[in-house]
Amino acid sequence: MVEGQIPIEEYKTGNTKHKWDNKKMKSSHKILTKYTYKKGEIQKGYTNRTLHINLTTNEVKEKKITEDMKKKFTGGRGFGLKLLWDSIKPTTRWNSEENELIITTGPLCGTTQYPGSGKSLCLTVSPSTNIICDSNVGGFFGPYLKFAGFDAVEIQGKAKKDVILLIDGEEGKITIETAPNEETNSHILADQLTYMYASEDNERSRQKISVVSAGKGADHSFWGCLNFSFWDIRRKTARLKQAGRGGLGTVLRDKKIKAIVAKVEKISGVSNNPADPVKLARVGTKIHKEIRDLDRYQCNMRAVGTSHLVEIMDAYDLLPTENYRFGCFPKASKIYSPHFYELFTKVIPDGCWHGCTMACAKTVDGFTVKTGPYKGQRVTVDGPEYETVGCGSNMSLWDPLWILEFNFYCDTYGLDTISTGTGIAFYMEMYEYGILNKKRCGGLELCFGNSEAVMELLHRIANGDKGDFIKTAAKGIRRVKDWMIKKGWGDKQLIEDTGMESKGLEYSEYVTKESLAMQGGYGLTLKGPQHDEAWLIFMDMVNNAIPTFKDKAEALHYFPMWRTWFGLNGLCKLPWNDIEPANNAETDEPAKVPEHVQSYVEYQNAVTGWNVDKEEIILQSERCYNWQRAMNVWMGRGRRKDDWIPYRSMGPVTEMEYNSRKERYDKQLIEKLGLSEKQVENMSVSEKMKTLYDYRQNQYQKLADAVYYRRGWTPNGVPTPQKMKQLGMDDSKILEMLQQKINEDKKAGFNVWGGKYSKGEKPPSNDPHYWEKW
Amino acid sequence: MIEVNGKKVDWVENETVSQLLKRVRYIFPLVVVKINDKVILKKDFSTYSIPDNSKIAVIHMISGG
Repeated sequence: MVEGQIPIEEYKTGNTKHKWDNKKMKSSHKILTKYTYKKGEIQKGYTNRTLHINLTTNEVKEKKITEDMKKKFTGGRGFGLKLLWDSIKPTTRWNSEENELIITTGPLCGTTQYPGSGKSLCLTVSPSTNIICDSNVGGFFGPYLKFAGFDAVEIQGKAKKDVILLIDGEEGKITIETAPNEETNSHILADQLTYMYASEDNERSRQKISVVSAGKGADHSFWGCLNFSFWDIRRKTARLKQAGRGGLGTVLRDKKIKAIVAKVEKISGVSNNPADPVKLARVGTKIHKEIRDLDRYQCNMRAVGTSHLVEIMDAYDLLPTENYRFGCFPKASKIYSPHFYELFTKVIPDGCWHGCTMACAKTVDGFTVKTGPYKGQRVTVDGPEYETVGCGSNMSLWDPLWILEFNFYCDTYGLDTISTGTGIAFYMEMYEYGILNKKRCGGLELCFGNSEAVMELLHRIANGDKGDFIKTAAKGIRRVKDWMIKKGWGDKQLIEDTGMESKGLEYSEYVTKESLAMQGGYGLTLKGPQHDEAWLIFMDMVNNAIPTFKDKAEALHYFPMWRTWFGLNGLCKLPWNDIEPANNAETDEPAKVPEHVQSYVEYQNAVTGWNVDKEEIILQSERCYNWQRAMNVWMGRGRRKDDWIPYRSMGPVTEMEYNSRKERYDKQLIEKLGLSEKQVENMSVSEKMKTLYDYRQNQYQKLADAVYYRRGWTPNGVPTPQKMKQLGMDDSKILEMLQQKINEDKKAGFNVWGGKYSKGEKPPSNDPHYWEKW
Repeated sequence: MIEVNGKKVDWVENETVSQLLKRVRYIFPLVVVKINDKVILKKDFSTYSIPDNSKIAVIHMISGG
């Protein structure tokens, strides 16, 4: 027993107990395919094979991983990109027969000696964006997939009826079986299947099962997420972590997959078979000790998880409120982390994978559900994490208990809290302006702060409501924008400027108006506005450490590459910079947390037996990052126009927003645009807003110029064949495709810098075709 | 007058690092403070008095996200 831990038998959640006839449910399964395989052994982090399942033909096969594939794509998300490249077409859409749902692991995934080592990376062609979306998630499935024998599973085709895919690492078999009678919603389904497939009726046996599922919300929306379960032996329930972004759960349900179940024979500290276990133990022990000793004085993640960010974002004017109109709000203190701390179950270590000292996966047990099909039942709610709390403020909802209700239903219905919250916040603003109204919203009074209407909307989505509004709203902001514009409701510019999506994906929960670099961190990205590529707001807006375009471009090169690396290896990024060594302040580049970077270098070497350095691990990412961008280009996106962001993320769209921070904006007109105080005094608010609008739009274009140049892309954002070759990515098909697209852009006049440069300013290179000289 | 992250801020006699951080509402816990390029250790935040004309960098670690 460790300090603070309580014995298994002593803890009771108080949750409602269910009784299911698992035998009867299982007996109704019809086995469509049974495939047996040789279990094999993990060698230095790799199983060296992937699993391919085709649901149309019910075929199962194994694919070998070559040394060349490891060299170029490393693992995890990189493997997913390679497998997709080999399987889909440029015209493939989310619901195409050939689209794949891929779950990958990574060579470090499943390690128990280093915190944050249980992440899976999931990829598919997204319904929201029509390009590849990747999403990372904790829970036990990724490690179990690997321990069962596979570095990745790719699922193609569609089943005719609901099926369960069982990857049974205990017996070495894969089955595809119909599943007509199980629940669809995740919090029930994960429990049912865990009991159903556990070899024995005890907690340790149930702990060897992990379930991937979505829910009824994913059946009827583009916001479908994947829930990855991990059996909690103290709470005696399946807990859930989410691969939230981009509609992966929508694709799961489109393929008629009710669940994917992984089962393992055993779990041990050396399951990954590391090349150098002694070195691994050494680097792991160091970070464990650091987290144990310092977290309580730093981010306090072990007590409150990421919810600690709520009060910080509010203090720095970054907490999205009323659809990102504002960054702080007087009522925000009602949802600060101490309120959630009161609700969280304490004294139970809460990691989502074994050995994670960070233990930030908090829960509220025995929560009484107030609405919908589970009204009156007591359940465990996983979370809320910062982003979900931020959804509350974005919809102007300030009750922690309501946020838990929203969190619970989003999870069990398989809806991404971020897209759902950001989407509804936009619909609320449209409602406030009369562009939407009760009639147009199917009877819902969707004004800011109406918690009942939000829950009703979620339940109607899950029930498959056929009304125009619900059907369209569930497809996200982009489709609602198009719908309202087509109907002729409201001002097109206002709709485009206020709906917080880019590439079709909803923004996550940070206000970026005063950080140009973070605008790029959301816009100049591969999958859309998710903060996992770069989070530069403090570095840019507060520290003022990257003042020039060149500085910002360097940050928008390094950090996306560094953060991508976690996804190639099956890691969580939180132990990198949500904890820092005591002497981090004294290092040359404290923002990079150099000691931790070096630990990750040693960690990868210890598991794989390689001898890489910190430069090489950035190259590992750069190869995959450029490959993914090239695939975007291949699929008809991945150009400057696709990196467009709505003006709400750049500056004030409405007079109310301008006036709420008048002193700040007036000052900028003087200091940054060179207007005199007298001139500003004589301008109307709308004139000032227009001046600021033009300035900020141009700043963003100049940023894009600098970033594309730093990344070795054309001025239209296309990775150049020369850059790909430098990185060792020499696939002739992709190189030819890129050259062809560049030629087409040239012909159309797009290979020119996008910013307007005034006297004394220069674009990043005088020659916009600079790469041709390489 | 002192400079904090490139912005002019009034100097307050005998003000400590902790007091300054509170005054400018820098509540984030993961910060590195440098005064005239010298790192101030966290343990000294509540005792170190800021001299006039100091150039102060309050580096917020990235965290979040």
